[in-house]
Amino acid sequence: MAGINLDDSVMTTRLDSVINWARRNSLWPLPFGTACCAIEFMSMMASRYDFSRFGAEALRFSPRQSDMLLVLGTVTNKQAPVLRQIYAQMAEPKWVVAVGVCASSGGMYRTYATLQGIDRVVPVDVYVPGCPPRPETMIHGVMELQKKISRESLSARKEHIERFYQSMARQEELQRAKGLTSYQVVREMVLEAGAAGGQQIW
Amino acid sequence: MTPAFSPFLPVLLLLLIALGVGAAILLVSGKLLPGLLKPDNPQAAKLTPYECGAPPRQQGARHRYSVKFYLVAMLFILFDVEAAFLLPWAVQYRTHLWTFWAMLSFLATLLVGYIYVWGKGALDWER
Repeated sequence: MAGINLDDSVMTTRLDSVINWARRNSLWPLPFGTACCAIEFMSMMASRYDFSRFGAEALRFSPRQSDMLLVLGTVTNKQAPVLRQIYAQMAEPKWVVAVGVCASSGGMYRTYATLQGIDRVVPVDVYVPGCPPRPETMIHGVMELQKKISRESLSARKEHIERFYQSMARQEELQRAKGLTSYQVVREMVLEAGAAGGQQIW
Repeated sequence: MTPAFSPFLPVLLLLLIALGVGAAILLVSGKLLPGLLKPDNPQAAKLTPYECGAPPRQQGARHRYSVKFYLVAMLFILFDVEAAFLLPWAVQYRTHLWTFWAMLSFLATLLVGYIYVWGKGALDWER
């Protein structure tokens, strides 16, 4: 038995790098398409740009079965609680890509009706610039997310997801206490965070 | 030649495989040792019904509902058969008094059932 060399047939690695390798190459996107970025997303998924090359061709229109939320377009204040609810219902671990300037920062809609960046209400991992971004840009954004996933530790997403669920509980509590609708409460929370010099409500 | 193992060894193997498959399914679905193979983080907001992000109209769709459709469908089948019998009888009916009484006794039997169903309140939709 002595003298058998396994160097060519056995590979050793760390558990988290194997798990991250599996996670980054089997992302399940959930498109939250609200504007023209969603049109670009269609061509990103279609044959010319062929997003399935990155292991993420299985679109699921249910948050239960997806782990990458693609926010494609303008999110108004009224839609902020919808986005939060969908993010809350997604399977863990979950990642969020803000596609286009509207989702990233409100973009040209610098108005009272538009959420000035979805990172105020949900945690965001990658921001993709463009109005709308070309499919190449969006693919680049997801590739950056894949790089990020391969670097992170297995418990890296626990803390901010926990904080997000605490903010969801607070939203629920405020809604019941003040008798407001969900978007009024989220708006209040955003304004409150802004008054305190912060950007995020989670 | 007798085998070196008990004839009941396959039964033991079958039992072990059954236990193994069951344990594997429970493990993968996270019912056994939650958090080992998948993140386990149940949250109130996560467990609400998915209605495209809108607040759910009611907590869960699994509420009890009445089975009166079933009852009414069964009763309909019963009395529909009666009508199905009546039609060829009426077409073939001649002056024989015997056929008249035979059909009347059949209808009387069904009438008893009808009165029973009525008395039980099975035809009362609002109940």
